[in-house]
Amino acid sequence: MRVGVFICHCGSNIAGTVDVARAAAELRKVPGVAFATNYMYTCSEPGQDEIKQAIKRENLDRIVVAACSPRMHELTFRRTIEKAGLNRYFLEMANIREHISWVGLDKEANTIKAIETIKMAVAKVMQNKPLYSSSFKINKRVLVIGGGVAGMQAALDCGDGGLEVVLVEKSPSVGGMMARLDKTFPTIDCSICILGPKMVDVAQHDKIKLYAYSEIEDIKGYVGNYEVKIRKKATYVDWTKCTGCGLCMEKCPSKNSYDYFNFGVAPTKAINIPFPQAIPKKAKIDPDFCRQFTKGKCGVCAKICPTGAINYEMQDEIVTEEVGAIVVASGYGLIDMDKFPEYGGGRYPDVITGIQYERLLNASGPTEGHIVRPSDHTEPKTVVFVSCAGSRDKSLGIPYCSNFCCMYIAKQAILTKDHIPDSQSYVFYMDIRSPGKGYDEFTRRAQEDYGAKYVRGRVSRIYPKGKKLVVVGADTLLGTQVEVEADLVVLATAVTAAPGAAQLAEKLHISYDTFGFYVESHPKLRPVETNTSGVFLAGAAQGPKDIPASVGQGSAAAAKVLALFSKDMLESDPAVAKVNENTCVGCLKCKLTCPFGAIQEKELRGGKIVASVIETVCAGCGVCTSTCPCGAIQLSHFTDNQLLAEVNAICQK
Amino acid sequence: MAEKEYAYYTGCSLEGTAVEYDMSMRQVFKALGVGIIEPEDWSCCGSTPAHTVDRVFAAALAARNLTIIEKMGTGIVTVPCPSCLSVLKRAHLGMTQDESFRNEVNELLDEPYEGGVVPKSTLQVMLEDVGLDAIASKVTHALPGLVVAPYYGCILTRPPEIAQFDDPENPVSMDKILEAVGVKVADYAFKLECCGAAFGVPKRDMVNRLTYRVLSMALEAGANCIAVACPLCQQNLDLRQGQVNSTMGSSFNLPILYFSQIVGLTYGLSPKELGMDKLVVSADDIVRSRITIEELAQREANAKAAEAEAKAAEKLKKAKAKEEDTKTEET
Amino acid sequence: MDTLNLTKSLNLSFIEQVSKESGQNPSLCYQCGNCTAGCPYTHFFDYPVSQIMRLLQTGQRDTILSSKAIWLCATCETCTTRCPCEIDVAMIMDTLRIIARRENKVSEKDVKLFYDSFLNSMKEHGRLFEVGTLLSYNLRSGNFFADADLGPKVLEKGKIHFLPRKIKGRDKVAKIFTRFQEKAKKHG
Repeated sequence: MRVGVFICHCGSNIAGTVDVARAAAELRKVPGVAFATNYMYTCSEPGQDEIKQAIKRENLDRIVVAACSPRMHELTFRRTIEKAGLNRYFLEMANIREHISWVGLDKEANTIKAIETIKMAVAKVMQNKPLYSSSFKINKRVLVIGGGVAGMQAALDCGDGGLEVVLVEKSPSVGGMMARLDKTFPTIDCSICILGPKMVDVAQHDKIKLYAYSEIEDIKGYVGNYEVKIRKKATYVDWTKCTGCGLCMEKCPSKNSYDYFNFGVAPTKAINIPFPQAIPKKAKIDPDFCRQFTKGKCGVCAKICPTGAINYEMQDEIVTEEVGAIVVASGYGLIDMDKFPEYGGGRYPDVITGIQYERLLNASGPTEGHIVRPSDHTEPKTVVFVSCAGSRDKSLGIPYCSNFCCMYIAKQAILTKDHIPDSQSYVFYMDIRSPGKGYDEFTRRAQEDYGAKYVRGRVSRIYPKGKKLVVVGADTLLGTQVEVEADLVVLATAVTAAPGAAQLAEKLHISYDTFGFYVESHPKLRPVETNTSGVFLAGAAQGPKDIPASVGQGSAAAAKVLALFSKDMLESDPAVAKVNENTCVGCLKCKLTCPFGAIQEKELRGGKIVASVIETVCAGCGVCTSTCPCGAIQLSHFTDNQLLAEVNAICQK
Repeated sequence: MAEKEYAYYTGCSLEGTAVEYDMSMRQVFKALGVGIIEPEDWSCCGSTPAHTVDRVFAAALAARNLTIIEKMGTGIVTVPCPSCLSVLKRAHLGMTQDESFRNEVNELLDEPYEGGVVPKSTLQVMLEDVGLDAIASKVTHALPGLVVAPYYGCILTRPPEIAQFDDPENPVSMDKILEAVGVKVADYAFKLECCGAAFGVPKRDMVNRLTYRVLSMALEAGANCIAVACPLCQQNLDLRQGQVNSTMGSSFNLPILYFSQIVGLTYGLSPKELGMDKLVVSADDIVRSRITIEELAQREANAKAAEAEAKAAEKLKKAKAKEEDTKTEET
Repeated sequence: MDTLNLTKSLNLSFIEQVSKESGQNPSLCYQCGNCTAGCPYTHFFDYPVSQIMRLLQTGQRDTILSSKAIWLCATCETCTTRCPCEIDVAMIMDTLRIIARRENKVSEKDVKLFYDSFLNSMKEHGRLFEVGTLLSYNLRSGNFFADADLGPKVLEKGKIHFLPRKIKGRDKVAKIFTRFQEKAKKHG
């Protein structure tokens, strides 16, 4: 066996704190190593050529690359040695960057650790067996989770690209947060006027199958072949019969239902169509408020419905869809007002959130676009906007910036002046964050042309005085305390992960950060991929972002799906578990522990029961191998012998 | 039910300018069957002045008392004065959370403090240990017409890491207790606004300006009395109310009662034993307005009857007028 | 206002000293002004709290230690309760007072005198003797008639004791004072 070792400098990333030349010299002494060298950038084209040439020249049959994490370049180097005629699994990577050079400053200690790590890789590669992947068919249908602007964009682009799309939306209508906005910054376009046609396209697209008011129950499978269980929540209205005429909503006697679409700015009816442009335009009963459910009698809607669509007995229904890829565009949430007792959050009716203010501004909102105070329906003359209500606030566990509040506050200040010319707006801010095309000019316009008074400082508290709300803040530029007697206060409440984001991530086997936002594969270069192949991200589920960024990601995720589906077959990873049927005792403990459901029971011809791995489902996690009491199940490429060889290498003195 | 006993750390103010807080607190605890024992030979907690000298020194002055209380074996010490409470809690938490700090403090003491005392405000003991139902069950009298603005002051609930009680932005413990004894509580926005604390002597103008706001907002909230749980707050609002009036040109005449005095009044305790006469702004009108709950029920019944009578009279009048109308029409 | 020469006046060791003694990291402050906004004493301060924090971040030792603000802070804890960066601002103010006292840089003599009168009374009697403290403060501050208007009121209410209540263990309290002073001397 002739092992070749290539030690990368990674510029100064590794060579700065590891003596790479010395490491190469040490490795040359290791039995089995026929060649060892160090190189500035091994991943570069000449670097890869160097490997290929060395394989030929030195007649190498196993390769170790000591460089960065295998997550970064394992695939790169597997391709390299394959081109030089070796089986791609005759490669081992020793991670001497993330594990060594980046974490330690002591060059001597780092060098010793690097040498030992590379020796381990040499020991392992000598035990490696050639492995060959098999190929399997892809189901070219795609699931899009979330019908906000990002999800709709992904669905439309996939559909236009000829793919069948299953779009699942949690609420009764698609449209998401954007459907609630009045205008969009910085152009003051009417939000629903530009979104509405997209929503209609979704409804009418022959490739898109929409499940509204539905949630993901369970996901099984792997890239190319997922089986998705979808819970269609009971609407108590047969949507095949409902024409969206709205008669039921008109006659419903239960008038104090919470209006989720309008964020509770005003109550709605217990049976309702959330908004005039809703897609699908169908009615739904809220059993928490419907008298038929709370009191056991009413039935007004059932009597009035001209098509007999009302069904109080309706149950949730589970349907199954098969897809090959998934786009997650499940959106974001907002922090609760009750997190701000110092602002009277929830106690003072005239302290509202930015999204509630959007609904007050909106012509199809509950006040038909008239700005009025929720408490007494009078027109406010002094409006205070409080930015960073929860954002950049470590004490609330939200150290991050919510991304778009500065912009929508500027927009709302402009619109306030448009609606009420004799009004005065005050904006309390810490920094104005407006790094987008035309964005900074827009925030300047709010001040220069619309007279919004920007005050640099946080608001400490808000208290009622007569009919006014006294906003106590600071002007740090003046170095004073300031007070504004306001009629209405709008809090730009912090963006959070969508409720239930973590549970969904667990169903999808994708990772999420401390705040519940989904983690992309690489923050710069793989922004819409996840570490689970076949699952892609779009929109604010990955982190707070505005409309153009969300739309961009929707299209990007669609492009990724289309690229994935451009082939008919996918190659499977052969590094999966394998059962030795001779030693397996059929206890099936592995079946119980497998998190992917990849192990089945199999009866051999003689009647003996053994475990059997479904190769395409196995993710190669190795849980089964450590569960097996008799070592009968082994993970290819990470067998006990291979791992023990590494242990032996490091324990030698 | 076995009577629970608490160590009761009075603090210096309650021996002097806040003697009525001590008197009423003891009476209320007695009425509720809460046993209290005064630690023997307790000393001053050190208060704010000690904290301007050194943290270890300040903790030592407080911890001398914690050592004494620890030996009593009651576990909990209940403290009426929020300033004492805060100082005792800071010393206790500092010494139990940081071993080197504990050692430093103990070096200054004759006998070390081992960390076995839980300081709680009297308000907390009443709300959490006695409970609202028990508090309500002792009520015999009502104070109709009284609208109280509950004033908590700065440090009863702050900072939350030290106080570990109630809400640091919108406390409700005193509101709940006062409501439990049948008193009307105003929605008061200045519950926590600082009164000027210990600056009364060296910075009198400052305190007068701060208390002015606290008093005006109470009137704004429709209150005719302020309830407090802090000797310093009481002193600044009550004793200095005259100073406020003369410097700010106001004419406040707002009684400032300890919450325990109000509870005591509803328990039918005598104004004398509650120290009502110790207040500078007279609370005589409040005392005089006191009636038994039976009287109150009678009054309410009378009012209802009168209302019904008036309604009936009105109805009769209308009917008669209608009759007249038809008569005129007929003729 | 003079140009602030940061090269010369940035006192890093002062920042470190305050961080160490208070257990707080001043770099966490992003100058949002919430402390100033909520502080009931902003009107009376020469520097609002957020500017004290800024002066601390820029290491302006002398300006801070001779400021009135640190002595007019009543430790009401509003700043600490509301700081979004979880800085115990009141603790920093407390620390600055301690350092200023230690270095004899007290700008608000009256406040310090009042505190001293309080502590002397405590050292002598074991508990606070209100009348004694006030008289001692009045004599030493030269404000002979401070709160004299209140005298008759409390007198009439029988709240004043003209003699201190001396506790048995007052020597033990006094010992805490002397032990502390000895220790302080030893550590310079």
